[in-house]
Order: sequence, then C-alpha cells, then structure tokens
Amino acid sequence: MRALPVALIGLVLLSGASLLVGATNLWNTPLDTGMVLAISRVPRTLAALLAGAGLALAGVVVQQSVQNRLVDPGLIGTPEAAMLGLLAITLIAPGAALMVKMSVASLTALAGTAVFFMLARLVPRRDPMLLPLVGLIYGGILGAVVLWLAWATDLVQFISIWRTGEFSGVLRGRYELLWIIAGLALILFVLADRITLLGLGEDYARALGLNYLQTVLLGLGCVAVTFSVVVVTVGAMPFVGLVVPNIVSRWRGDNLRQNLPWVALLGAVFVLGADLLGRVVRWPYEIPAATVFAVFGAALFLWLLNSRKARHHG
Amino acid sequence: MIEITNLSLSRDGVKILHDVSLRLPQGRLAAIIGPNGAGKSTLLHCMAGLLVPDHGQVYVNGQDIHALREQSRALILSLLTQSQGAVPRLSVRDLVAFGRWPHHRGRPGPADHAVIAEAMTRFDLDALAQRSVDSLSGGQRQRAFVAMAYAQSTPWMFLDEPLAALDPKYVRDIMDRLHNMTGPDSGQRSIALVLHDLSVAARYADFCIAMKDGRIVAAGPWREIVTSELLSDLYDTPLRLAELDGAPVVVGL
Amino acid sequence: MAERRLIALALALLGLCALFLLWNLRVPMGFILGLRAEKLAALVMVGAATGAATVIFQTIATNRLLTPGIVGFDALFIFTQTMLVLTLGGAGYAALADTAKFVVESALLMGAAMALFGILFRKGADDIIRMILTGVILGVLLRGLAGFAQRLLDPSEFAVVQQASIASFNAVNPDLLGIAAVVLACGLGVALWLAPRLDVAALGRVQARVLGLNHDRLVFVALGSVAALVAVSTALVGPITFLGLLAASFAHALLRDHRHIVLIPAAALMGAAILVAGQALFERLLGLQSALAVIVEFAGGLLFLALVLRRRAR
Repeated sequence: MRALPVALIGLVLLSGASLLVGATNLWNTPLDTGMVLAISRVPRTLAALLAGAGLALAGVVVQQSVQNRLVDPGLIGTPEAAMLGLLAITLIAPGAALMVKMSVASLTALAGTAVFFMLARLVPRRDPMLLPLVGLIYGGILGAVVLWLAWATDLVQFISIWRTGEFSGVLRGRYELLWIIAGLALILFVLADRITLLGLGEDYARALGLNYLQTVLLGLGCVAVTFSVVVVTVGAMPFVGLVVPNIVSRWRGDNLRQNLPWVALLGAVFVLGADLLGRVVRWPYEIPAATVFAVFGAALFLWLLNSRKARHHG
Repeated sequence: MIEITNLSLSRDGVKILHDVSLRLPQGRLAAIIGPNGAGKSTLLHCMAGLLVPDHGQVYVNGQDIHALREQSRALILSLLTQSQGAVPRLSVRDLVAFGRWPHHRGRPGPADHAVIAEAMTRFDLDALAQRSVDSLSGGQRQRAFVAMAYAQSTPWMFLDEPLAALDPKYVRDIMDRLHNMTGPDSGQRSIALVLHDLSVAARYADFCIAMKDGRIVAAGPWREIVTSELLSDLYDTPLRLAELDGAPVVVGL
Repeated sequence: MAERRLIALALALLGLCALFLLWNLRVPMGFILGLRAEKLAALVMVGAATGAATVIFQTIATNRLLTPGIVGFDALFIFTQTMLVLTLGGAGYAALADTAKFVVESALLMGAAMALFGILFRKGADDIIRMILTGVILGVLLRGLAGFAQRLLDPSEFAVVQQASIASFNAVNPDLLGIAAVVLACGLGVALWLAPRLDVAALGRVQARVLGLNHDRLVFVALGSVAALVAVSTALVGPITFLGLLAASFAHALLRDHRHIVLIPAAALMGAAILVAGQALFERLLGLQSALAVIVEFAGGLLFLALVLRRRAR
C-alpha cells in the first residue's frame, strides 16, 4: 500500500506550509521568528490537526451507533448542547475554571447526543435520509435555545466565537485542552471492535455478547468530550465527521480497526487544509476554517447523496 | 383503435422497450401480461402519453398522443397508476369529482355533477361519499380510484395493476365492473390493464398482449393466441391453461 | 363550512391588529401609532407571504413537512444578495435605489429558484426525503458560499449583507413596505389564480398529468410566485425557517379542506396572526424585544419533529 507514505508526506508538507503562512511574514518581521512560530504557528497547526482528527473520529462513532452513514455529530445538536452547557455555567458561575466549564459542557453535550440517539430509535430505519434531517432540525432547535439565552443575557458576541470554528485565535496556552483528543483517540482504538459491533444494531450486538448500553455510552461520551473541547477552544465545525469517514470507507472498505488511523489522519489533513486555504484566499485577512469546510463539506455531502442513488440503480 | 409503431425507450442507459409495435382494437378488455421487468408498466405509461419514447409513435383513435396537449389527451384516455397519492382528508366524493377536471378545468357545471353522481352510484360509493380516502379499506379505496377514472368519461381507460394486494372478493368486484364498462350500455369503453393473476386475465380479458424483456411476444384475441405453451414460455415455468366448472384457470405444474 | 372558518380567522386577525395598535397607547399618539402601523404592516406582510408560499410549496412537493425555508429558499435569497454586492461593489450596490434593489434581487431569486428547484422536483418526485435533504444541504451550501463570499467583501460591504442574514422584526426598512406590498399582492393574486390547478397537483405529478394538467408549467409558475413571496419576507425581516410550517399546518388543521382557494388565504391569515400575536405577547407583555424570531423557530422545529415522528405510525 503506497497510500500511507503519500498521506504522511502530504501531512508534513501541509504542516510545513501552515507554519510558514500567515499574516506575519516570517522573514521580514520586527518580531522574533522563533517566537512567532512557538507562540502562534505551531500551536495553530497542532490545534487544526487535533481538532480535525477528533471530529472525524467522532463521526465514525456516531454513525456506527445510530447505524446511519449520513449522520454527522456536528449536525445533530452535539455542539449546540455543548454551547448550552458552556452558556449555563458562564451564567451561573462566571469565574469557574476552564476545566470545570469544559466538564459541564461535556455533560450537556452527552445529554444532547443521547436525546438524539433516542430520537434515532423512533425514526423508521427504512428511510436513511430521514435521520440526518431530524438531526438537523433537532440541532436547529437547540441552537435557537442557545441563541435566545444569549440574547436574553447579552452574550451573543460570546457565543458567536463558539458557533464558527476558526484557528486565528489559537495561541500557546489556549489550545492545550485539545490534547485530550489524542487520549480519546487511543480509547477509541481500543474500543474499535466493539464499535464495529454497534453498527450491526442492538439485537445483533447483544446476541454477540456486547454490553450494548455501556458501549454506546462510552462511545457517545468520547464524542461529547471531543465536541466540548473543540467548541471551547476553536468553535464548532460541521461536516468533518460526515465527510471523512464516508470517504475512508468508500476508499478502503469497512474494516473499522484498520480505518480509524486513516480517519484520524484524513480528518487532520482536511481541517488543516481548510484552515490554510482560509488564510491564503484573502491574505492578510482570514476566512474561518469552518466556513471553508461548510462549502466543501456540503458539496461533498450532496455528491454522497446522489452517488448513493447511482449505486442503488447501478 | 390504438396503433403503436416501433416504440423504443431507455432509462438511465438501460433499454426498457425494444421496437414495440401493436394494434389494439376498440371496445375490448385487453390484458397486458408477462414476467416482472418485462416493460408492461412502461408500455402503459407510454401509451398514456406520460413517458416520451426515444423512437416511435403512439396513435390513439388516429391522433399522435405525444403531440396532443395535456388537456386534450385527458379527454381521450385515463390512467390508473399503481401508487395513487391521496391528499390527507380528501373525501371520496371530492376524489371522484377530480375525474371531471379535464372537462371543466375548475368550474364544474350541472353535467359534471350528474356524471359524478352516476359514477358514485355505479361503484357503490354513495354510503362512503363523505368518508376520507385515507380511512378506506384497500378494496374500497381501489373502487374509489376506478370511479374517478370512470368519471373522466374517456373512450380509453388504462389501469396499471389495479388488483395488487386485493382480496378475491374485491378482485371479482372490480373486474366485473370493468368488464361491464366494455359493454354497450357503458358506451363501450376500451380498457387495457396490466394483470399478474393469469386466471383473472383468462376469465375476463378478450385481448392479450404478452410481453417479455421489453418486447411483445404475442398480441391478439385471447382465445386465439393464449395457450399453455405460450404462457409457459413467457414465464419460463410450466403453466397450464385449463377449465374448471366452465371457467378458464391457469395453474402451475 | 371552511368559508365560515376563514371569515372567523380574518376577524380574529383584525382583532389582533387592533389590539397591537391600540394597546397601552400613550402620547404622542399619532407618532406612536405611525411607528406601530409600520411594524404591523411588516408583520402582516411577512406572515401572509410566508404562509401562502408554504402552502403552495407543500402542494407542489406533495409533502406537508416542507417549507421554502427548510429547503434553502431564503439562503438562496441571501446568496443572490451577496453575489449582487460582490459584483456591483459596496458603493454600486448602495447607489441602487431600494426599489430597484428589491426588484433585481427578487428577479434573481425567481430565476435561480426555478432553475434549482424545478430540476429537483422533476428528478426527485419519487424520493421525497432525499429531495428534502438535498434541499436542506443545498441551503447549508448556499449559506456557506454566502458566508465565504461575504468574507471576501470589505468590512463595510460585509455589514450591508450581514444585516440581511439575521431575522429581526425591529429593523424593518419602511421604504420597502410599499414595493413589498405590490409584490405580495401580485404573488397572492397569481397563487389564487392557480388555486384550482393546485388542487389537482396535490394528487401527485402522475395523477395530475393523467387529469390533463400541464404539471411542468404549473411547477414553473408556482415556484415563481413562491420565490416572489419569499423575497418579500426575507427582504423585510430576514430568514425565518419554520414560520411557514406553523402557518400551513395550522391552516390545514383548521379548515380540513383540500381546496386551495380557501387554504391559501387561510395560511396567509394564519401566518400574519402568529406574528402579530407573538409580537404583541413578547414585546408588549413580556418586554422581550428580539425573542419572536427565535421562538417561532423553536416552536416550528418542535412541530417538524412531531410531524416526522408521527409519520412513523403510518
């Protein structure tokens, strides 16, 4: 398989480009070049890679547990639920430590995702398009609650940082939470076989001796933590969790354990690429990575929808 | 009289009708039979002008059906499709009344109301008039839709599998009514329908169009052309045309 | 029967309007009355346009879950607006008279909507949920593209467009009221003229064609009037996704009649009544200025989920 070296070279090249490109010209700057790299560029590159990997992995987990390839954790209310938690704790205890805020956000994100999971069991399976639609609307409702709360408390500016993911604000000391994702990725890798079983459906998985509820909660817990970390540090970024797992499974088939590293790698590359593109297109201004990704992600989603049709008829 | 010449049609690159030609006389009840995927429904939709063929023409009573305006076409032929969409809460009478649409285009007159009333009575729907179509049983529902097609008062009526999933009682009910329509007292309508139950076809049809793989294998008066051999070849399984108490039946061997 | 309910609804709306105008009226009466009348006119027009557009749209799509907003009509409006600013430049755009702007934008929307949704309806007639999802994602894509394009604008141009993409009943442009009223009247007129044909179209594309309806032409004209109506409401207050769903569902439930000659006015009255009553409640009674749009989205989203889950029973 030659794909691995190619992908790794791509990752290295992108990361290199990411270190070099930005509003400040590294070779002609009043600032110390090493300082710019250490304080801004390296953290920013790492943040994009970690967020991308985490969001893509979360996509796999959610798609397996609701048995639907068209679902994206970013479009089923998980980020909105995390924002709700953040907003609540900001209102109740404005001075709370970041870890406390994060934990609250993770809990509400888990609750929000769990509600979607229950909804998913009510939606008829024979119609795979219906569930992503329900997710979008559910996310929209939670989003409306968040927006209203923010309005009522004059925090609209505050939440707008969480609503659109971008990396321009990432500096040393403000992204390290994202390393939690690396830990979660390890957990998911250990759980890979059980998560594969989730994709067979509850009855089947139970018949094969899986503790279904425990596995679902563990998987969704990882998703919730990933999202609250990403929302707190860089902001919500939809479509990553949808597009990347689908591309990987089309390309390499459905072996989850073998696919997980690819999903993580490709997610990282895609998000870093989107961030880089957003930096270059209108230099020295920046376009948020989430905006760039929404355009590409939505276009890819449309392609997925319709190529599935071609496959059905084919 | 329907004349079809060299009709070909493909969809998504797959050829569904191959060079089909056919002459269908007036005043008959013609059954289109053949295995799944033979192109029966497609042919019927083409005859009704709803699908445009790649090649060939369909002439109904001397008029090129694909050159007619939609409204003029709706005065010559009606089609009952397999899946009928019903508006939620639409009453049976309102459904049947839609059959008169091509005649009045939104402004029904006394003549239209008379035809609707006659259709309701003929199909035994008076007691159900105010019920909503959603709430009917399968047999009642099908009867209401046939009544709508009847109220359209067209010389030609096409039905695509009108008997799917109906109990024997309703099969008989619908087929008796359809058969009566080809009689002189109902203006001698001409009917073509896709049928899967061969015994029903043998009993009611007086014309047969046998299709396989997008081609017409045989077409002609039922009694003259339909034999056990034809049916066995058509469906690739041994079938026998027999008689039971004077009525024709088709049984698998 | 249906006619009597329609009249009752109209009377209720009149009562609400009077209440809205006269509630707690203080000196200077003439001035306050003028301000309130302007706002009332905007509320009524937006509600009527959205309600009528949704009923027509649902009939064309033979689906009671859809609204023009859900499948991205207002995203399309914002997109065309952004493109207009992008091509004309901020100064050129600002130099256009309000009326000219509105007419050009509406015409662009009508053209784009017919091209986009005309194809979608013809292709997707057999698979409604796929069609909805395609529309929703198309909306996300258009919003993303608009966001992307907005970032390419100068900050001053950006502000021009940004204002249009958030729904607000407090920032109505009074100069637009006149032209909006004309377009609304035309849109409603066309809709009522189409009413008998829409009755037939509700039976589905094939059945309607069997009955001699030129379905393609009807879709074309109907989408044109939907686009005009959506342009009215989006230009006046911005996108409200679910208002139409509320108005159309309530109108169907209230009338229990399939005739569009009564359904379209009923949905228009219902849409207006929801907005007037909501605004009176939130602004006058609860003192919440900006809550209405969010509350409408919230309630509409819940109704959508309820309708989807109820379909399971069938």
